[in-house]
Amino acid sequence: MEASLSLAEGYSIWVDGSLLGPRSTEEPRARRFLFFCTEMKILCCISHVPDTTTRIQFTSDGRALDRTGVTFVINPYDDFVLARAAELKEKDPSNTHVTVLCVGKNGASSTDNVDANLRKALALGLDEAVRIDAEPVDAFFAANQIAAFARDKGFDLLFFGKESIDYNGSQVAGMVAALLDLPFVSFATSIELMNGTAKLTREITGGKELIESPLPLVLSAQKGLAEWRIPNVRGIMQAKSKPLHVLAPVSVSPRVFTVRHEPPPPRGSFKKIDPDRVEDLVKELANKGLI
Amino acid sequence: MSAIVVWAELKEDRFKKPTLEALTAAHRWADSLGLPVWAVVIAHEPPKDALSILGEYGADKVIKVVAPEFANFSPNAYARALAVLMREKNASYAVLPQSYDGRAIAPMLSIWADAALISGATTVPEKTEEGFMARRIAYSNKGIEWVRSAHLPLIITVKASAFVPEKKPKTATEEEFSFKPKPEDLRLKVIGIEKIATDKIPLTEAEVVVSAGRGLKGPENWGIIEELAQVLGAATACSKPVADVGWRPHHEHVGQTGIQISPNLYVAIGISGAIQHLAGVASSKNIVVINNDPEAPFFKVADYGIVGDAFEVVPRLTEAIRRYKEQHAH
Repeated sequence: MEASLSLAEGYSIWVDGSLLGPRSTEEPRARRFLFFCTEMKILCCISHVPDTTTRIQFTSDGRALDRTGVTFVINPYDDFVLARAAELKEKDPSNTHVTVLCVGKNGASSTDNVDANLRKALALGLDEAVRIDAEPVDAFFAANQIAAFARDKGFDLLFFGKESIDYNGSQVAGMVAALLDLPFVSFATSIELMNGTAKLTREITGGKELIESPLPLVLSAQKGLAEWRIPNVRGIMQAKSKPLHVLAPVSVSPRVFTVRHEPPPPRGSFKKIDPDRVEDLVKELANKGLI
Repeated sequence: MSAIVVWAELKEDRFKKPTLEALTAAHRWADSLGLPVWAVVIAHEPPKDALSILGEYGADKVIKVVAPEFANFSPNAYARALAVLMREKNASYAVLPQSYDGRAIAPMLSIWADAALISGATTVPEKTEEGFMARRIAYSNKGIEWVRSAHLPLIITVKASAFVPEKKPKTATEEEFSFKPKPEDLRLKVIGIEKIATDKIPLTEAEVVVSAGRGLKGPENWGIIEELAQVLGAATACSKPVADVGWRPHHEHVGQTGIQISPNLYVAIGISGAIQHLAGVASSKNIVVINNDPEAPFFKVADYGIVGDAFEVVPRLTEAIRRYKEQHAH
């Protein structure tokens, strides 16, 4: 909500009620004009991916995934951010607004329907859904669609999964952060909000980083951000009447194209070792320089 | 003059395996294009004697970007420094390690350098009439994808373990690149770092990993796993169900939603090999499976398999390796 208090030119009121002086040119983004209502706006960006247990097969020319009989689900890493957004919404329902967004086209079958997955996300208690009606050819294309949508909406938190389980690129979140020039916390395993600042933890090799960042920020989630949630019946019923906007894409030229896919090389049959002759295994491993 | 820029990731005053893998990919790619390799080191103070290793692995030049603000890792500041450097030096190519920080920087850099990004490449991009072609792993190890890009600049990150570090000694020249991070790129602040079990090898860096699952029947039985790991110099890991019930800490969970690893040797004990687990480990170079169920799906991706009781086989294997090591110790 907009501030509705007269203040001297350049002055603003911070979330905790303190008065801020004229905006310094050094840190334009660190300060927000807020008063009375401090609505938290969250954008969760999700991918529409084959279920984790799917046997992956490609079309005969190898150009695309064979979608026949494949059930598409919300990307498992995105489930973590949806769950965290739902928790934040529950904490302060009237002042938290959560939008869930997916760039994608609805497939031919009922198990390949982006809108159905967006409704599943809404069933967790989120407010509205947006589908950008375009095939996400590459991460650059998808990131530009998301950035174009988010640019003037005033989101405080932009949530992503750390990667999608189809192309495993880990690209879109960082690209959106760069396009919108926002702080980027990747592989986040927790986020807590206090007085307009976020305290986060981020996975690193052999440990974790403790991070502090002002809002708005972009986050990509690793396991741990929240426990996965399953929508309840009430949520599912309510989700049916929640707004789902279908928007046309902005014009963007993709930069990376898929030429073809191949199944992974067969590993062949394994060498069976007699449990009473483990020395044979030791010999094999030693020959390969593994011991 | 164009070049291939490599972000050489300085961690605790050392350049680790992911950086050496990136350098290896870069010097091979550079050879095919006839370009030099520039290793870019971003640091808060001038790095000490660690630089010589960059020349050993094929860097023609080491460019140091030093500013106190780099003490804390803000991907925004690192990506901005690399983007400005690529633009000012007219570099059309970059290779980044696929470490945690490499994966955070690469997408930001691609936007600010106005570049195309191929992540997790397992081959050096090959020049074709329609642009560069590269291979990568998709669908969580269940597929291989060939991609192409005709856009320049082009940035790649290299998949862990796809390139075996290969020396290519050069006499690297050194230069400094002056860059001061702007406050807006330092909004994110690292206020602390928590290390876990410092005496152990981090899973993502381990060459050998010993992993166990529900077949171990209870947390009190992990002694045999720890002993095998010790004699192999391995890190320990576990399956998701085991982490979920609290038998093992969550940071040991490997699989689709846990940590993804591709060590030289992965030993799976009492793990059935559910597709979600395989998604995190199937790109390991060598897989040994020990399971009492001959039908366990894990055997399908195994290089070596032992059908047998883990409680008998594992201690025997530990002992056999210990004996082998004693015999071959000098």
